[in-house]
Amino acid sequence: MWIETLIFYFFAAVTVGSALAMITVRNPVHAALLLVLTFFSSAFIWMLLEAEFLAITLVLVYVGAVMVLFLFVVMMLDINLAVLREGFVRFLPVGAALALGLFTMIWYAFDRARLDMIGAPTPKPADYSNTRALGQVLYTDYVFAFEAAAVILLVAIIAAISLTLRRRKGTKYQNPSEQIRVRKAERLKVIKMEAEKR
Amino acid sequence: MTELLSPYLNWLPAELSWLVITLISIVIILVPLFIIVAYYTYAERKVIGYMQIRIGPNRVGWKGLLQPFADMFKLMFKEIIVPSNANTYLFLVAPVLAFAPAMAAWAVVPFGEGVVFSNIDAGLLYILAMTSLGVYGVIIAGWASNSKYALLGAMRSAAQIVAYEIAMGFALVGVLMASGSLNLSAIVEAQQGGVWNWFIVPLLPLFFVYFIAGVAETNRAPFDVAEGESEIVAGFHVEYSGMAFSVFFLAEYANMILISLLTALMFLGGWLSPVPDLIGDGPFWLVLKTGFFMLLFLWFRATFPRYRYDQIMRLGWKVLLPVTIVWLLVEGVAVYFRIGPWFA
Repeated sequence: MWIETLIFYFFAAVTVGSALAMITVRNPVHAALLLVLTFFSSAFIWMLLEAEFLAITLVLVYVGAVMVLFLFVVMMLDINLAVLREGFVRFLPVGAALALGLFTMIWYAFDRARLDMIGAPTPKPADYSNTRALGQVLYTDYVFAFEAAAVILLVAIIAAISLTLRRRKGTKYQNPSEQIRVRKAERLKVIKMEAEKR
Repeated sequence: MTELLSPYLNWLPAELSWLVITLISIVIILVPLFIIVAYYTYAERKVIGYMQIRIGPNRVGWKGLLQPFADMFKLMFKEIIVPSNANTYLFLVAPVLAFAPAMAAWAVVPFGEGVVFSNIDAGLLYILAMTSLGVYGVIIAGWASNSKYALLGAMRSAAQIVAYEIAMGFALVGVLMASGSLNLSAIVEAQQGGVWNWFIVPLLPLFFVYFIAGVAETNRAPFDVAEGESEIVAGFHVEYSGMAFSVFFLAEYANMILISLLTALMFLGGWLSPVPDLIGDGPFWLVLKTGFFMLLFLWFRATFPRYRYDQIMRLGWKVLLPVTIVWLLVEGVAVYFRIGPWFA
């Protein structure tokens, strides 16, 4: 068991360290990459909790898709670092209040007495499928919450598309179905003519 | 795989012998993989050569068979040049980030009945997660090089891989619905009973979507816009030289073999025989099927011109994705009514 403890402390240290570095580094691309590292190492901690489905999904969705798009945007934007660092003092009270609130919540959630009451999770037998168990609960007990979340996401997608959808005049975009429908006779004319004499 | 080795190592302490067995298994999988990658590059040059009525490499060794090693030694002794304004650390880490997931994905791939390094329950998800990580090598390489062409290649690659990953994931959902398991060995077992029971029969559209998305995910022709040597020089790896450059190629070819192998496992019954009454099952079937898809990769490169960037996006989002969604609905109905030998 000491190996598992060692692995836990290693990844916990990496998670906390990279999360701290993420909010302190100046370069936004470095910050995004450190966030990727944070996600990745927290996936390992979930794996130690025998939540392999959630751990792999975290890597698949957040690291493999969301952060790629995030990096895409951060790399494309020409961010002025000086402007970003402005207003630190102005936003300090709000930030401090948020941090304090969050910290109090964590403090209550991880109250020692309550943690002892729940106790350590019992290891499941080897043939126990985390994926199957999760699916069964998600599509029976929590099906309405699940569907509501899906609808909210759909609304967000439609909103994002409608915000950016605008047609500029004069752009020469192509219509693939029109291109495919073109026949040889419309574009090509074979003419018979005599060879010109010099 | 562990059971085969453990009798020889029981004189070691339990935890140490476990470590040694794990390391030996990794070597047993990766060394043949590197050799196959080396000869895959040779096969690529030969096959495309003959397709274009040329001979291809024929100077080093008999029929040019030592060419991969000559290339390897040349690359090893070349200098790794770091551009003056590049981010040195990220520049050198990028090839590693491309290479590591390409190797890690092989951990859950079964090569025969019970011949698998790690027979984990969520193997399919793990593979999908690992292949989706490979894009970081490309993006970071493009950004850290501090070069316009490299950044353009990285941006193209990021958009392309995110688009095709979704189609690929949906195609795998179809396999998951048909087999009822995320474990790759169980997926192969579910296709037992001859060619008619393979998943390619009920899932033909998903098979095409998966393989096309696989070609796009590995940045191979006709989807190689991230490289695009005629438009953006060499894309994301334009600034790389020597071993740092070849590590990218090692990862790319390992991923091509992985996609071929996975297609064979998930749609063509892996090591199962198409005619079990005549010829028995065996690993040679897997080699044969994988080899066919590996040949297809080369054939595509010799045949198709490169897609335009907007056409790639259109194909991914407007063609492949709707096809998978429609076919998942069809499959849902088939599973509900328990149609055929596949969903019984």
